[in-house]
Amino acid sequence: MKRSALTGHRLAAAFLVGLLLFCSPIPALFDRPSSWDAIPTLYLYLFGAWAALIGLLAWILQGQDE
Amino acid sequence: MLSGTLVVVASFLYLGLLFAVAYWADSRADKGRSVISSPTVYALSLAVYCTAWTYYGSVGRAAATGIGFLPIYLGPTIAAALWGFLLLKMVRVSKTQRITSIADFIASRYGKSHLLGGLVTVIAIVGIVPYIALQLKAISTSFSILVQYPEIVMPRYADSEPVWADKAFYVALLLAAFTILFGTRHLDASERHEGMVAAIAVESVVKLVAFTTVGIFVTFGLFGGFTDVFQRAAEAGHVKPLLEPAEGGYASWFSLCLLAGLAVMLLPRQFQVAVVESSGERQLRRAIWLFPLYLLLINIFVLPIALAGQLQFPGGGVDADTFVLTLPMVHQQEWLALFVFIGGLSAATGMVIVETIALSTMACNDLVMPALLRRWGHAPPLQDVSAVLLRIRRWAIVVILMLGYAYFRLAGEAYALVSIGLISFAAVAQFAPAMIVGLYWRGGTRDGALAGLASGFAVWLYTLLLPSFAKSGWLPMAFVEAGPLGIGWLKPQALFGLNGLDQISHCLFWSLTANIGAFLAVSLLRAPNAAETTQATLFVDALKKDRPVGGGFWRGSAEVEELVGLTGRFLGSARAKQAFADHARKLGLRSVSELPADAHTVSFAETLLAGAIGSASARVMVSSVTKEEPLGLDEVMGILDEASQIRAYSHELEQKSQELQEATKELRAANERLLELDRMKDDFMSSVTHELRTPLASIRAFSEILQDTPDLESEERTRFIGIIVSETERLTRLVNQVLDLAKIESGSAEWKTERVDLGDLIQQSVDSTEQIFLDRDAKIGLRLPERPAVLWGDRDRLMQVVLNLLSNAAKFVPEEAGKVTVSLRKHPDGFLVSVEDNGSGIPADELPVIFERFRQGSGGHEKPVGTGLGLPISRRIIEHMGGRIWAESAPGEGATFSFTLPKPS
Repeated sequence: MKRSALTGHRLAAAFLVGLLLFCSPIPALFDRPSSWDAIPTLYLYLFGAWAALIGLLAWILQGQDE
Repeated sequence: MLSGTLVVVASFLYLGLLFAVAYWADSRADKGRSVISSPTVYALSLAVYCTAWTYYGSVGRAAATGIGFLPIYLGPTIAAALWGFLLLKMVRVSKTQRITSIADFIASRYGKSHLLGGLVTVIAIVGIVPYIALQLKAISTSFSILVQYPEIVMPRYADSEPVWADKAFYVALLLAAFTILFGTRHLDASERHEGMVAAIAVESVVKLVAFTTVGIFVTFGLFGGFTDVFQRAAEAGHVKPLLEPAEGGYASWFSLCLLAGLAVMLLPRQFQVAVVESSGERQLRRAIWLFPLYLLLINIFVLPIALAGQLQFPGGGVDADTFVLTLPMVHQQEWLALFVFIGGLSAATGMVIVETIALSTMACNDLVMPALLRRWGHAPPLQDVSAVLLRIRRWAIVVILMLGYAYFRLAGEAYALVSIGLISFAAVAQFAPAMIVGLYWRGGTRDGALAGLASGFAVWLYTLLLPSFAKSGWLPMAFVEAGPLGIGWLKPQALFGLNGLDQISHCLFWSLTANIGAFLAVSLLRAPNAAETTQATLFVDALKKDRPVGGGFWRGSAEVEELVGLTGRFLGSARAKQAFADHARKLGLRSVSELPADAHTVSFAETLLAGAIGSASARVMVSSVTKEEPLGLDEVMGILDEASQIRAYSHELEQKSQELQEATKELRAANERLLELDRMKDDFMSSVTHELRTPLASIRAFSEILQDTPDLESEERTRFIGIIVSETERLTRLVNQVLDLAKIESGSAEWKTERVDLGDLIQQSVDSTEQIFLDRDAKIGLRLPERPAVLWGDRDRLMQVVLNLLSNAAKFVPEEAGKVTVSLRKHPDGFLVSVEDNGSGIPADELPVIFERFRQGSGGHEKPVGTGLGLPISRRIIEHMGGRIWAESAPGEGATFSFTLPKPS
């Protein structure tokens, strides 16, 4: 597969990952009264998963950046 | 001390700084060294998405609904993954078609329709005016609060003051002036505003820094870190309600994500910076992850600030939207508060400038221009109208800002900031079906797009905008609560009985359903016509390599001077002439007059003009000047068919020519081989006949002598007869060998199978060749194992091989110093027999060929010795028995011939 086609497919996969992380029942799993160090788990999950998704996008595209 | 004057002066200084940046960037661009082509600047300019809504409103929404502020930023992050396809296509199309706004994009896609462009413009203006009002509200509110320092006083309702005393009014005027300065200094044919983009990038940095500073101050200055904030908030009971799903639950979350994901591309200001101002497609790559990173960073401290504010100001006396400002104020941090205000000002002015420029471009190109065209009777104006166009743009900016102010005064107070913004998001979401479907489906028609947009807009008006007026008191609330005229199932926020959704999700569902439904239904009523098909191909196939270029779809001719004159009247004659000259240069012509008056040139002129007045108007203008023969649908289809047929043919041709090349290569190789074989056959024939002739000649000569001289001495006689006999033997040997080889190769030789002792065989061969070695004074050594090496094979043939090797060795050893060693060893393949000599060796390039027929090793002899058949025969014999034969040698170091034979199993 050409490099650019591979990147395109990876980006599509990242889109699905994003949907799964944020628009599926998964965030609800973390919506519990528990917390880590007083910080609610849901808050930690949302920002953590967000940072991870951004990291994934950056990794997919980092080889292409001139 | 903070006073009104200080704040105003600081604001002006900041705006002046922005203007300086813009001016500098513009001058750099004029010199050709663009500052905004950097991918980082591009990504930062996209951050104009974060306005005063993000800056102030996120905290407000977090205080009310907890994490409910996040989908507005998560949506764009998820959508960013698709920019590689969607946004890339939009940028490509827009650059090639010189599209200057969203209205232009949609109008151009569906056959360059004025009506469609006008409708999009109206929707955009009506939808965005509340959003502009939101920014005005933010600026005036934050200003009012700040100048009350050190007291915290929430500002009174705006409509209690007369207009001329209302700060917001002056803010609106100021922003209008600023926008005019930024965006309409001249009419660029591509609608790019380098200075504006540079200033926006700086503003994005300022807002992020300011917000983060406040965040750090609150989290680590007022409290002991994130943990501390959450702990104290939890103790006060603020945390638990925040994490419960807000009204509407997950549907609300999902629809906000969707809405934000669409808005980040379809808001006029976003389209402007992402598509129109783009310098190139490679900028997209960094933006896809850098922009979401920006969103993440600017949102980290939102929740801590919201919680801190609730702890600081319990009871709701202080509006949560203002926590960002009031928290530093209440702790006597005046300079921080001023910095925060500047950050908020930055966020608001950025939005207003870009959005208003985008809207005014649309208003000028898609509302005013068509009206003007009709007044001119669809003929081009007779004098330079570029100044008129600029004036129209400037007035449009003022009008839009005044509309924003009007909305602010009349309706802005009833709503929290975020809710107003979401109303605008839902309006621009109506563009999504026409734009996004139009990029991938050829079937959309102009009527379909009109129907879709009109339906979606109507539903939006009914379910979102009118209720907002009702909630502000313009319309009776009964309209919302009980439905118009009391009809229950037409309730604006529970249409057809669908309740349980929050108002945004409800509106989104119904408006998009109506939009997409009408779009598809009406589009499918008829097939697309010629213009729509042309445009559809240009848009949908934009990313394909062999896409058609616009010029292919024109038919007509025009005088080039007329075209230059026409474009000059809209762009200014200097700019038009420059553009045509550049175009001519690109084609390799020396001057504009050499440009052919053909379809390509006309298409160029049309594209150039589209940048100034929109593609629909450009088409009308150009067709009035040229003698256009409009293409019918059949002809368009014919052109398209032809293009695709040509593509198919050329593909076939390529394939055929490749096959041809390969066939030629094979033929050439075969020919060479045949020539070589021919040569080898000739060599063989000459060498064999030579070999035959020599002994025959001797036999004849000596026989004749014997015949002619009957009284020869008996000694001589015996000698001569001996020679005749040996030559006869030699001849026989040669003929036998040839026959032998022929038999072996044709497979008709007879092979015996008997028990053979290799050691004995070697010994015998050495004994029978003793004479040859003695003749040359060469020594021969044997190395045989003690145990007998027995196998099954043809004894005579094997002996033939060994004799052949020995006699070869004897031929090539030096006189009197020759040494030959024969050895028999065990080998993993069976038995290994080697004949080693200390002759002159065989050069590396001859090693592979000595086993081939008729080849002779040179070995330093000028005349080939032997027939050249001995080794090939030996090879056939050994291979017939399942073994391998080869030679190792280096020039000057002798040669070793070896063969292996398999052991009987």
